[in-house]
Amino acid sequence: MAGLATAGSWSARRRNGASAARPTRTATPTRTLISSAQLNRRRGRITYRIILTLVVVVFTLVFIGPLYFLFADGLKSTQEAIATPPTLYPHQLIPSTYLTAWNRLDVAKLLWNTLYYAFGALAFQLVFDVTAAYALSKLRPALGNVILFLMLATLMIPAMVLVVPLYVTVVSLPILHINLVGSPAAIWLPSVANAFNIFLLKRFFDSIPTDYIDAAQIDGASRLTILRRIVLPISRPILGVVAIFGLVAVWKDFLWPLLVEYGYTPTRETLNVGIWQASIGTPENLIIAASAMAAVPTIVFFLIFQRNIMAGLTAGGIRG
Amino acid sequence: MADVVTLRKAQPGPGATRRAATSRYGHRIRRNLSAYAFLIGAVLCFTFFSWYPIVREVIMSFQKAVYGGGYTWDGWRNYTRIIHDPMFWQAWRNTLEFTLLALVIGYAVPFCVAILLNELRHARGYLRILVYLPVMLPPAAALLLFSYFYNPQYGLFDDILRLLHLPTSQWVLQPGTGFVSTAMISVVIASTWMNMGGATLIYLAALQNIPGELYEAAELDGAGLFSRIRHVTIPQTRLILITLLLLQVVATMQMFVEAFVLTNGGGGVGNNTQSVVMLMYQYAFAYSGASNYNSASALGVMLMVVLAVFSGGFLWATRERG
Repeated sequence: MAGLATAGSWSARRRNGASAARPTRTATPTRTLISSAQLNRRRGRITYRIILTLVVVVFTLVFIGPLYFLFADGLKSTQEAIATPPTLYPHQLIPSTYLTAWNRLDVAKLLWNTLYYAFGALAFQLVFDVTAAYALSKLRPALGNVILFLMLATLMIPAMVLVVPLYVTVVSLPILHINLVGSPAAIWLPSVANAFNIFLLKRFFDSIPTDYIDAAQIDGASRLTILRRIVLPISRPILGVVAIFGLVAVWKDFLWPLLVEYGYTPTRETLNVGIWQASIGTPENLIIAASAMAAVPTIVFFLIFQRNIMAGLTAGGIRG
Repeated sequence: MADVVTLRKAQPGPGATRRAATSRYGHRIRRNLSAYAFLIGAVLCFTFFSWYPIVREVIMSFQKAVYGGGYTWDGWRNYTRIIHDPMFWQAWRNTLEFTLLALVIGYAVPFCVAILLNELRHARGYLRILVYLPVMLPPAAALLLFSYFYNPQYGLFDDILRLLHLPTSQWVLQPGTGFVSTAMISVVIASTWMNMGGATLIYLAALQNIPGELYEAAELDGAGLFSRIRHVTIPQTRLILITLLLLQVVATMQMFVEAFVLTNGGGGVGNNTQSVVMLMYQYAFAYSGASNYNSASALGVMLMVVLAVFSGGFLWATRERG
């Protein structure tokens, strides 16, 4: 459902005919369901504080609680992890569990694979989708509208529906008869066929005033130079959104890597597939420790980029 | 900007038009070719990995595999075959069950949480991070964790139930194929925890755009809390609510990972958590020796048609009138 969020922002932008963000008064907060005046009264203030504390405590328990167990149960011994009843904290701290999990599940290889696939897919997307959106937006060749329509039409096709024929295609590419299964290209190339990226990028490029481009053209710049020197630097915000969602999409993918990169050793599996595959027949504490290690990069990534991520999510939700 | 204006004025004079006409045609071809060069990468990828598979799937759904490779035309036989498979109906029922449960739990809850968060004047940043954090986790890691919690012997959830002197459950492995099965609810809980952050934040952003005057006016008219929600909040966010509802249904009908990992690749006890996409996967890949891409394609086409009909009907039913 990561796609859910991004696709939602697109649809909301397209259908929400309302005007752009209204000016917010910075002096007083915008009035919401319950007025600030009501909250400032004594009864309101007490109720507010109680509810606030309740919400913070409950949310921390619900959202951080499982994460606590994710990291703590990896420190338990094999027996304690499956003890009945489960212990709230490890009675015996065994940090070597993490080391064992690292080695046994070859987490290093899985991590490297996933990063390799994710950044490779991102590189392909940035190169091919950006140039295509640039061509469709600014260069406007003949048949450009047909191509754009065909690309956007694929947004109507649910992703899972395509898994089987995509696999059959990847096993033996038409005309070229190459088998991509097992090679990183099986993840990289299909990721380029992302109509949502095309839509986002084209829409952004459309909003770049043609004056800049015309001026550069008159100065004799080639189209490639215009793309590199003028369009790309301006497009940093949208490229950031594309990059974040592209990386997250590969990182969270399960079914597709299961089909094209699955093997009996982790030599080319992604994190999700590798950990799941290893979970059958491995002691619980090792699985949890491995899952914790798999979660660390995404948590760190999120904490570093959370502002951009939230902005990318909410921008689509507001603008018309 | 003045430079651009003066540059624009420097057009070629009328005498140059004839020379310019012929070179303009060649120039246009060259411009189109260079534009196609920019497009070629994405177009090739779309052709091989998007358009061709779509067409191929429809075609394959009407074919059958020939011994020795290749496919021949088989008519509607794939469709009739899968319709007669009892697992087919079970999978559709399960998927519908999941979608409906996910609507109740995974659609209403994020909206309510967003309303709640919108009212809080403090800790909003912290709570937003909390809510969205599970969305960033790798699904296998999160689901294996939930699988661990759901274990009837050493899982945390049954332990909590025991502490509260409530009957324990077997959660995902609970047999029972009633329309609302514990197993499916367990899957929905895990799925909601993992995914609600995105919807919550989108709703939160939409809520922040509601003009405060509307609430003031409503309160002056004597509207209570729930009345204000019904008459101001919901109409104002109607577009987002409708859009996310549609997207949620389309996404949940395609559920795979949650049921797959939580039941270790099986379909749950008595197949009560097997979804349509899981069945598609099994048709194509899991029945060793009988892997049938054609049946899987037929099922895929059916899913596509069902979702298309639903989307069309839903958009028509919720269209802006007047």
